[in-house]
Amino acid sequence: MKRPLLEIVGLTKSFGATEVLREINLAQDERELVFIIGPSGSGKSTLLRCVNRLEEPTAGRIMFDGQEVTSRSADLNTIRRSMGMVFQAFNLYPHMTAIANVTLALRRVLGRSREEAEQIGRKALADVGLSDKAESYPSALSGGQQQRVAIARALALDPKIVLFDEPTSALDPELVGSVLAVMRDLKSGGMTMMVVSHEMRFARDAADRVVFMEGGRIIEQGPPDQIFGRPREERTRAFVGELDR
Amino acid sequence: MTNWERFLETFFKPEMLVKYWPDILKGVAVTLELAAAVIVTGFVMGLGLACLRAYGFRVINAFIIVFVDVFRALPPLVIILLVYFGLPNVGINLPSFAVLWLVLSFVLAAFAEEIFWAGITATPKGQWEAARSTGLTFSQTLVHVVLPQAIRIGVAPLTNRTIAITKNTALGTVIGVPEILNQATTAQSFTGNATPLMMGAIAYLVLFVPIVILGRWIETRFAWRRA
Repeated sequence: MKRPLLEIVGLTKSFGATEVLREINLAQDERELVFIIGPSGSGKSTLLRCVNRLEEPTAGRIMFDGQEVTSRSADLNTIRRSMGMVFQAFNLYPHMTAIANVTLALRRVLGRSREEAEQIGRKALADVGLSDKAESYPSALSGGQQQRVAIARALALDPKIVLFDEPTSALDPELVGSVLAVMRDLKSGGMTMMVVSHEMRFARDAADRVVFMEGGRIIEQGPPDQIFGRPREERTRAFVGELDR
Repeated sequence: MTNWERFLETFFKPEMLVKYWPDILKGVAVTLELAAAVIVTGFVMGLGLACLRAYGFRVINAFIIVFVDVFRALPPLVIILLVYFGLPNVGINLPSFAVLWLVLSFVLAAFAEEIFWAGITATPKGQWEAARSTGLTFSQTLVHVVLPQAIRIGVAPLTNRTIAITKNTALGTVIGVPEILNQATTAQSFTGNATPLMMGAIAYLVLFVPIVILGRWIETRFAWRRA
């Protein structure tokens, strides 16, 4: 049997005395879209941020593509090249054009030449439908466009997985669709994705597996039909029921 | 003699203007040299210290903070006198130009460090996270992502501080650096006439008004809309 691409074992994270993640176990296969839902403060984003160690786990192990991310000797800069991340606040570099945002890591991390990086960067921007915005600065782009540039920035490095941390939460409702469309394209292209989001309809349509978290624990996980249709746990039912109302 | 004539006689005596303008010009050259040297070394040191501080080594940061606070707290004149008259007692004899250059550079570096450091800490955490998530190292993130933003934030206060420090080159007169004010006071004490001082004042205006205007231009140029 093939090993999962990402394996989280016994992951615990505390901020001081507050435990935000308790003994999380989660495995994700290649090409799988795992969608994490749960009330605010349930630890979803913290879990995601532990995966590439933007947040330092307190205990537990994370294995990714044959390497132990949580090992003290882990070469994080190398591991992170193959883990894209998309943030709620986009976090584009405001002093750089869209294409410069996308090519920075290509040039500085992967050591590509300027021409090569430009070529890859323009392809990535085209993939998110922004070929014509390459020379624009973030301040001249809408929120939806900024987030798509951020996705292009993550994709340009040809990652094995992309982590999405509430990618549409900061967007005006009419701009959400363009970002979800890009994510849908990614999914059909076979990208492995871990998504923390409140876009339940998208979860229902596109996710392979939905994980429901509450109080720093995974309460229930399964295909969208199960979580949204016939949840087994009372708390899942309460949370999903709340959404339908 | 009317009041007006007396005024002209005191501040704009023609013979004095003719006699002393070469001296004042020599002073202008010295002041310019000093100012340029101070700006370059002050900025480089300040930026270097702010970057070093970003790495968060406790002992080093303690030294940086002490250095910065001391040099921002002491009046530059006090430091200049201390160094110029103190160092020879321990066998170090520095020319007055070097003393002035070093002291003003240190003072500018102290202020510049605080300004750059404020810019670094004002750069949102998300910028670090985005850059690090693509595999950039801490140093690469600092150089390519954070510093350009920190420097822009610092441009306005840096411009003001630079003007303030370069004007302090006039303090060189107390240790005999032949800059503008020194040339002017020397001439004044020979002649007992204030015309050379007025010439010095005009020289400072000619030098610094463009810098003040340039500073304003830089401020508007570098103010850019945040995403």
